[in-house]
Amino acid sequence: MQPFQETPFSRRKRRNERLAQVVLGGMALAMVIPLLLIVGYLMFKGAPLISLSFLLSNPTHGMREGGLWSALLGTIYLVVMALLVAAPIGVLCAVYLNEYARDNWLTRLIHLAVINLAGVPSIVHALFGLGAFVLFAGLGRSILAASLTLAIMTLPVIIASTKEALASVPMSFREACWNVGASRWQTIWKVVLPNSISGILTGVILQVSRTAGETAPIMFTGAVFFKKIEAGNPFAYALTDQCMALSMHLYTVTTQVTNAPEALPYAIALVLVGAVLAVNATAIWLRSRLRSRKKW
Amino acid sequence: MVTSPPKIEVRDLRLAYGHKEVLHGVSFAVPSHEIFGIIGPAQSAKTSLLRCLNRTIEFTPHIHVSGSIRVDGQDVRRVPDVYELRRKIGMVAPLPVGLPLSIYDNVAFAPRCAGLTNRQELEARVEKCLRQAALWDEVKDRLDTLGTKLSGGQQQRLTIARALSHEPEILCLDEFSIAIDPVTTMRIEDVLKELRREITIILVTNLTQQARRLADRTMFLWNGEVVELDRTEVMFSDSPKDRRTYDYVQGNFG
Amino acid sequence: MSPAAFASSRPRRHRPAYQRVIERLVEGVIRACGASAILFVFGIFFFVFREAAPLLGKLDWHQVLFSQEWYPTSRANVRYGVGALIVGTLSVTGLSMLLAVPFGVGAAVFVSEFCTGRVKETLKVLIELLAAIPSIVWGFIGLSVMNQVIQALFPAPVGLNLLNAAILLALMSVPIMVSIGEDALKAVPDSYREAALALGVTRWQLVYRVLLPAARNGLLAAVLLGVGRAIGETMAVLMATGHAVNIPHSLFDPIRTLTATIAAELGETSVGSDHYRMLFVIGVMLFTITFIVNLLADLAVRGVRKR
Repeated sequence: MQPFQETPFSRRKRRNERLAQVVLGGMALAMVIPLLLIVGYLMFKGAPLISLSFLLSNPTHGMREGGLWSALLGTIYLVVMALLVAAPIGVLCAVYLNEYARDNWLTRLIHLAVINLAGVPSIVHALFGLGAFVLFAGLGRSILAASLTLAIMTLPVIIASTKEALASVPMSFREACWNVGASRWQTIWKVVLPNSISGILTGVILQVSRTAGETAPIMFTGAVFFKKIEAGNPFAYALTDQCMALSMHLYTVTTQVTNAPEALPYAIALVLVGAVLAVNATAIWLRSRLRSRKKW
Repeated sequence: MVTSPPKIEVRDLRLAYGHKEVLHGVSFAVPSHEIFGIIGPAQSAKTSLLRCLNRTIEFTPHIHVSGSIRVDGQDVRRVPDVYELRRKIGMVAPLPVGLPLSIYDNVAFAPRCAGLTNRQELEARVEKCLRQAALWDEVKDRLDTLGTKLSGGQQQRLTIARALSHEPEILCLDEFSIAIDPVTTMRIEDVLKELRREITIILVTNLTQQARRLADRTMFLWNGEVVELDRTEVMFSDSPKDRRTYDYVQGNFG
Repeated sequence: MSPAAFASSRPRRHRPAYQRVIERLVEGVIRACGASAILFVFGIFFFVFREAAPLLGKLDWHQVLFSQEWYPTSRANVRYGVGALIVGTLSVTGLSMLLAVPFGVGAAVFVSEFCTGRVKETLKVLIELLAAIPSIVWGFIGLSVMNQVIQALFPAPVGLNLLNAAILLALMSVPIMVSIGEDALKAVPDSYREAALALGVTRWQLVYRVLLPAARNGLLAAVLLGVGRAIGETMAVLMATGHAVNIPHSLFDPIRTLTATIAAELGETSVGSDHYRMLFVIGVMLFTITFIVNLLADLAVRGVRKR
């Protein structure tokens, strides 16, 4: 008799193993395929419209023709402003939670707050932005109010990714610093931050770039259907102006504008998705490069 | 010994993590310029004891400390500046920790944190400490490479150099030899014999023979209690006061 | 060097006073930023509640919660019944979870246990990128592509309906489930795997006999976070559901959700009107629902950590 002979039972086991692998793999693929299909289909339909002049000229003829300069610039303004507000607060909050916070009721409350902030629906953020920034603070519907709303919305994800980057610095480094009489802040400034800053930055870029696609939070706080600005001038908006945005523009063209050329919404969606995915892919690539070049 | 006050005096030290007490009333005193050995099996709270000395235990959540620890007659929990206290005590952890900085910056880290900015003074300090740790000859030509790129034994000596860099008066070594080879261990032991002329050394070790070679007096800590504390010759003789000490140093348990 | 150099009374160097002051200031700012998260959550609740408050006393709550009559702009017969909207939200969330949970958990298991190295990294990156597609683009896909696909495949008169939105929501909430679920599986100690494999079980037996039970809480949290995401989603459901106040009887009925109602109508109301305030009341409801769901998810995650 041969050793390791097959029995009906072991054969069934192996068949099940195969089956599981195929089914589960199929499930994973079922999520990857839509991504490729969507990007591919948007390219197929929208790419013919895209040119430099499409990006740099303003929409005309009731948004049926022309380009999307004013929307593109508006989105850039909103994202950069949100980044400037959310990144410092979020990073410092994460530093507090990871480096300073003791396990007490305040820390638990902050933790709870961050978790719930992450779960607040985007439309509720819109209501908050309208109630707090537009009406209460008197900012009116403006880039400022909209980007503040976006900033608060993106705060919890910035905190989460920064905490992860900070936690990747081994505890023994901190202990070594404390042992030689370095204060908490000296430890953070000289050892923890220099060794996590790349992870923090890629995380922040990754998360903030995603706010470019948000629509609901800016609809009532600063984004408008149409605004005329000087084409090609990157400083055409003031912070107190209302602005157009790519996401809002896509919504308007698909639902409000009749007789728009068929390719137009595809081209807008392609620009939006392309920009977000390009920034995301770059940040992910950078992150993995930096991870492999760790100093320890 | 009677005339000068003890460098370190611990009285009835109790430490609890949450509700679990790990040190049950430990008392001992260490005079200046002594090598004080602490032996005991794993889990006998040796490391926790050291962390109480320089108060880094406070970074652990849910701890409760009672009793008193005096360094130079001053209660460590009432020192005006805790960083000052930590600089007075050099601490070497079991596993070598090279900070992800250059070798030079690793050693210059503590003096810089203490406010030393003069370059010549810093360079002199770095050289002195690396020489004391028997590392200078191996690294003097590559002081700008990363400390984490050194070998384990070199990193441990770098850790010792860093612990000496803030000119401590007390040096605590916590099982410093578990990650390095016997030859390096012997070199470091020679260094310690040199250093004892200048500073007080607390040597926590799980190698009983190491305590026998180096320590003036040795304390046997077991399950958070002092079993016996006496001159090393007595501890390692055939007739220590406590039977458990005899069994432990003879390798019969633990 | 002489022993005198280490005399215990030697004066020690102190850091300059201004450095300590700066350090104190920086630490103060860090603490403030830490506490700001609490401020923001309270702020959100406060400002949404503040706009809703004047109407709260005037509402007939039985009607609001159970009536299907949503006539906010009617002159003579104003009705604020959000019953149909709640059913709409629940039905589309429920259906999307029916689709997403098997795929999300299955993919998490596949990524965590069945593949390694490059394949694993690539899959994780692609799933992360899937999460980056904006909801407005999903809505547009629902409106332009899924609409026609559903009309072609099923005997449905319009493609903008419950099924369309549920498929979109499933695709949108699956990435978060995969990433949290994978974390939960990763948290199962390797010793379990080694012990089980040493007994001669296959990987599939390992998964469903050992890993799934051990990672139960983490997977539950993953599902709950997916639910929270689906309830709060706005633009995609606004564009893909058909946006009709309606209790659905089949997969192909159009519906309307709480979130979409706010998005669609807030622009047309005047500040301070009852209709405007009613939309904020819906906002308070949404805030409360997602608050509870996220709290439950957090409890589930913490159950994992404790063990």
